[in-house]
Amino acid sequence: MEMFKGYDPGGFYDEMFGADGAVRSHCAPLLRKFGQLDEKDFLARKANSELYFLRQGITFNVYHDDRGTERIFPFDPVPRVIPAGEWEHLEAGLTQRIVALNLFLHDVYHDQQILKDEVIPRFYVEQAKHYRPEFRGVDVPADIYIHICGSDLIRGADGDYYVLEDNGRCPSGASYLLENRNALKRAFPGLFQEMGVRPVDSYPRDLLNMLHHISPGRDDHPVCVLLTPGCHNSAYFEHCYLAREMGIDIVEGGDLVVVENFVHMRTTRGLKRVDVIYRRIDDDFIDPVVFRKDSVLGVPGLMNAYRAGNVALANAVGTGVADDKVIYHFVPRMIEYYLGQKPILKNVPTYLASEEADLKFILGHLPELVVKAANESGGYGMLMGPSASKAEIDKFRELITADPRNYIAQPVISLSRAPTWCDGAMEGRHIDLRPYIIYGNDVKIVPGGLTRVALTKDSLVVNSSQGGGSKDTWVLRH
Amino acid sequence: MLSRVANTLYWMVRYVERADNLARLIDVNQQLLLDSERLDSERLRGFWQPIILSTGDEESFSTLYDEAGSAEVIRYLTDDPRNPNSITSCIALARENARTVRDQLSDELWEELNALYLFTRSDEASRLIHSDPPRYYGNVRRSAVTFLGIAASTTSRDEDWDFMELGRHLERADKTTRFLDVASYLPASADAAQPAVLHWSAILRSCGALGAFRAFERTITARGVVDFLVFSKTFPRSVRYCVERTDVCLHRISGTPRGTFCNDAERETGRLLADLNFGVTDEAFAHGLHDYLDALQGRFNRIGDAVFESFVLMPERIQVCPAAEFRSSSALAAWQMQQQQQQQ
Repeated sequence: MEMFKGYDPGGFYDEMFGADGAVRSHCAPLLRKFGQLDEKDFLARKANSELYFLRQGITFNVYHDDRGTERIFPFDPVPRVIPAGEWEHLEAGLTQRIVALNLFLHDVYHDQQILKDEVIPRFYVEQAKHYRPEFRGVDVPADIYIHICGSDLIRGADGDYYVLEDNGRCPSGASYLLENRNALKRAFPGLFQEMGVRPVDSYPRDLLNMLHHISPGRDDHPVCVLLTPGCHNSAYFEHCYLAREMGIDIVEGGDLVVVENFVHMRTTRGLKRVDVIYRRIDDDFIDPVVFRKDSVLGVPGLMNAYRAGNVALANAVGTGVADDKVIYHFVPRMIEYYLGQKPILKNVPTYLASEEADLKFILGHLPELVVKAANESGGYGMLMGPSASKAEIDKFRELITADPRNYIAQPVISLSRAPTWCDGAMEGRHIDLRPYIIYGNDVKIVPGGLTRVALTKDSLVVNSSQGGGSKDTWVLRH
Repeated sequence: MLSRVANTLYWMVRYVERADNLARLIDVNQQLLLDSERLDSERLRGFWQPIILSTGDEESFSTLYDEAGSAEVIRYLTDDPRNPNSITSCIALARENARTVRDQLSDELWEELNALYLFTRSDEASRLIHSDPPRYYGNVRRSAVTFLGIAASTTSRDEDWDFMELGRHLERADKTTRFLDVASYLPASADAAQPAVLHWSAILRSCGALGAFRAFERTITARGVVDFLVFSKTFPRSVRYCVERTDVCLHRISGTPRGTFCNDAERETGRLLADLNFGVTDEAFAHGLHDYLDALQGRFNRIGDAVFESFVLMPERIQVCPAAEFRSSSALAAWQMQQQQQQQ
């Protein structure tokens, strides 16, 4: 217990300790295990886990560094524990959400009934940056749009889970979730004994099954590939990792050619037909004939093959419309509209700058709010009101007034905290959770997800590009 | 397999092999230097100049350095990032290639190469280069050999392996000729200061061949060494052996029987192999050793180019590529776009 002595939940919702300082019952066995480690042993094991990441090359590139320095994604060895009941609730909520999002995307790219019924104002959809009107009326394989969703969940002061955003384009991080588990198991095998932690290793299998499911169908052995932007991309490690775990080829744009509306890859024995592409390239870059003409990463003619139904893409083209933070606001309405159900998971209250009353409120309360650009991710294009300087606030005031459609605001949610080893002591740090939802033949969610930690004291930004780290996430069997 | 992957595996192994050979070359010559009496700077230049000349990088060297003394040459060949063929550059390139085909490599294989890369970039390495060079070069060589050993024991014997073997043997053949070529650049005056036999035995040691050679011939002579390192049928670093292995790999890839050909790489290799199988040492000396070795290197290059043409470029198969005019060839643009791809 030594390491947790003097640990202070600090008035936040803490994942391990209640407000009274007593350990939460589902964390008690884990805390006892940590109690058996002395600090020296703990540090040696922690260093071991870091060495594992370094040796495996599980690093991300630090841009603008000409020595090409690579850093490991900081890993905290104290796991985050989710009890079985809580997870059931999350699973049901996330499943409900991905089903509704897919119904919405089908609708938006076909009859647009939800717009005709004025449940969502047409203007918002048509003005969404990633809406692809050129794909209206195109049927996609298996009628699935978001095959892999990486929704970000946070927990407020009340301990309730909220969905912060749905990442339905190219969510990344699943490899870290898998490698965190590997690293922790290697460095702290003792922690796992008799804890009833649900395994996570089914993820690559689930992913591959989904890719097979959406194959436009030629035979039982579809050729699936993972399309990467290339080895300079920050998520390149993940692309390789997943391709290898699934046993599929990882390809770059230049490896693929389209001949008579069929996609092929260039092999040492000539061209080989491809049925399914798990693409990690944005719509904008995927086909220079249709989208950005200067893209050197994409495959010319790919969209024609896709439209002709000769190849499946995961995720589909145009899913970004559902990622728009303005559209996010309407997800609970989608759930009610398409499924006739109450949303199981809550949204964070959101103010839309293009609604007059909301705009007035936003501009009047900037120092208390979080403002976000509708189409940015990775912690960019964001104003954290309470910690922002006057100059930053003024800058956002201008940005919002100039382009209200592109901004939303939310109250600051003081994310829950979890004990994290910080330079010699266990301290509370804010965390979020990104589960990975796979939608194929059915919906599969790997137990847990990636827990990201804001390592800087008091920071609420967990993105790796902004000094975030991660933890292993345990979902308990009972 | 993907053409790009084949090409990448080929280069990954070539770069590791190159680093290994360089480490041998420098290590052996540094030790040789210890045997000599005190050398003035002129003599020192005479000692290192042939080594730079034999690597074929003398132009790049002379633009970067004024002197060809021990410190300069060692720096240039070992850890000068401006020399794309220095040991550290080769290791970095090998790792970069490995990174792009990480999914094809066993974990152990990647870890070994990554560890070597981390070593060459470490402070420890910079310290060892000066304070304990044999240890530095020993580390590089041990790691390179471990890498090849892991590759041999964890790679399925299919095309992956064949392309890796191609890279290894072509690089090895090239390096063996370059080690031999050091002899052709030795200044005549060096003979007085250094008995030739020392140089020839250094060449053998650079190829790790001293022991094997002794088992085959007692006295070290120029003819004997050339005969062994070019024409030996059994020594794994001899030119003939490497070309033979190249020929075997190419035919395994294509499925054509040996002795016939279905692409330029096979034709070039088969022809060279016949020359070596039926050649004699006299030919090597007839028009001067340097010219003979130079011609061999030219033929290795043609084989390398033909491999690239036949399996990667495939010009006859890829003319169907619509909208090719949109493709900018700028590597910088590609690099920027790769980074821009938002991964949510």
